[in-house]
Amino acid sequence: MGIRIDPDKCTGCGDCIAPCPFGLIEIIDEKAHINEGCNLCGACQEACSYDAILIEAAIETAAISDSHRGIWVFAEAKDGNLKSVDYELLSRGRELADTLKTELCAVCFGHNISEVEQLIAYGADKVYLTDDPALASHQEDLYTGELTRLIQEHKPEIVLAGATSLGRSFIPRVAAILKTGLTADCTELEIDTERRLLLQTRPAFGGNIMATIICQTRRPQMATVRPRVFKKNPLAGRKGQIIKVDFNKEGVTSKTKLLDFVEDLTERVKIEDADIIVSGGRGLDKAENFQLLEELAAVMGAALGSSRPPVDDGWIPYSHQVGQTGKTICPKLYIACGISGAVQHLAGMQTSDTIVAINNDPDAPIFEVATYGIVGDLFEVVPMLTEKLKGR
Amino acid sequence: MNIVVCLKQVPGTTQVKIDPQTNTLVRQGIKNIVNPFDTYALEEGARIKERYGGKVTAISMGPPQAEEVLREALSTGADQAILLSDSAFAGSDTLATSYTLARAINKIREYDLVICGRQTIDGDTAQVGPELAEMLEIPFVAYVSQIAEIDNGYMRVQRMVEDGHEVIETPLPAVITVVKEINVPRLPSLRGLAKAKSAVIPTWTAKELGVDKNMVGLSGSATRVIKIFFPQRVYRGEILQGSLENQAESLINKLREAKLI
Repeated sequence: MGIRIDPDKCTGCGDCIAPCPFGLIEIIDEKAHINEGCNLCGACQEACSYDAILIEAAIETAAISDSHRGIWVFAEAKDGNLKSVDYELLSRGRELADTLKTELCAVCFGHNISEVEQLIAYGADKVYLTDDPALASHQEDLYTGELTRLIQEHKPEIVLAGATSLGRSFIPRVAAILKTGLTADCTELEIDTERRLLLQTRPAFGGNIMATIICQTRRPQMATVRPRVFKKNPLAGRKGQIIKVDFNKEGVTSKTKLLDFVEDLTERVKIEDADIIVSGGRGLDKAENFQLLEELAAVMGAALGSSRPPVDDGWIPYSHQVGQTGKTICPKLYIACGISGAVQHLAGMQTSDTIVAINNDPDAPIFEVATYGIVGDLFEVVPMLTEKLKGR
Repeated sequence: MNIVVCLKQVPGTTQVKIDPQTNTLVRQGIKNIVNPFDTYALEEGARIKERYGGKVTAISMGPPQAEEVLREALSTGADQAILLSDSAFAGSDTLATSYTLARAINKIREYDLVICGRQTIDGDTAQVGPELAEMLEIPFVAYVSQIAEIDNGYMRVQRMVEDGHEVIETPLPAVITVVKEINVPRLPSLRGLAKAKSAVIPTWTAKELGVDKNMVGLSGSATRVIKIFFPQRVYRGEILQGSLENQAESLINKLREAKLI
């Protein structure tokens, strides 16, 4: 298994060097040489005119279980309220299920969850609802056990969940117990109808490259999906079934205990739910200057975001951080003030519908992704915008 | 407290640039580094040891040169290090990686706590920690930002979630992943550097770990990367012109026209 160069066929032409997404190929003594790190993507093989690159992929012997059918969406709830990402996943899940001609189910754990029937309005044919006081808060051990049990019982072929704090923490545990594949933080989902496979696309290297990933022989195919990459699409006149599932108290015990939750109160408007985000970076110079952004955010009804440096310096809590190690957001309007636009930050916000950049450095990378740019001092521009918007 | 810290060698991605001619990642001059999140894991391991006594074992799975990260770990707080390296491990996804790490940790046998960084900066999956916990069949807590107390086989931690902090109690042994807020990693000491230089780092291969060959490397991986491409960034930008006053005015008009405000 692996990749090798047939030295008799290789002419050392170098056509394979550029297509390698990792830049791993060099020509040594007029023969191509592949350095450590190859993941057998096949780009070089396609580029080779001499059939000199051989890839021996693992032969998939395990038969795919035909008994797995249906797409599941784990619908996350907090304090009895469903999350926006639940509807986004159901909307995309509906399209995928129609392509596969299969059913779409939502799975929901919690206590006294309101508007469960909305899951049907957004596309679910069935809702498996486990309502129990023990599941009211995010007890991950219980969630892991319960979701695993339901998957084993009903055998869906695809399981999707939001790439939220909860999803990215407990879904991998479910995948590990089921010994199946899981793709983290996907931004695109497609179906290969011929092979009945879920094509899962996600960013890697801090958003510098995108990778499309499949789970060929194991089931279910599992993915966590970034919030706000799919649009919510309510459907009229849908009918579906809500199936109440008894929580199997004896089957699972919680080893970890959630003792307390302290909500971050500075966050008036949650950035993951906001249509408009006003965000600040190192250019703000000090904590007090976030006040300027708060005033602009207030007149626009916007949430307050931040790049990493202000969070590192303690000017604003972590819950406001946008980027690779913070939140990924996709608002209608993102206004970046004094943010240079490091790739790690761009990874978290570049899919925003409209991006405005205000920065005094005309060469700042943020301008490359901005819809509108103002090259200027944010300390002049931001108060000016606030005043003009107030006066409308 | 016997602590195992998992480390990964990654390309230092802050230096990753795209060659505009070939549209590929420029690899020349890119150093391999310890995954930054793993340095917080190691530091926390060292601090727990200093508070409660015990031993810190650093492990890393990777090609032979991954030994470099283990030497670095020995200079900054690890007491011993083990490299997991075998051509059979190449191409592992998170499932195969966590299986291999779990085999090694079971072989170490005496451990109370396993610490990983919250995610790597190359793969960004954040999946190895939770998958490892299930492979070891022990409790798991993600995003730990503070270890409050360890007492009588239990540990109380604070962790960061989307909208605030949670306080969680877990029995030990357990696996945790840590965020950068947890500490500031120390610099290597002279004594540490000397120790790291002379240390003999054992390599455990597939044979030593007694792994099932169908569960490691590419054969043990449930997922396959079938395509890699560069994200399309749409450079639709317009730099506004005129006095700042005019620019501000024009921006507001444009946003209003687009019904964004």
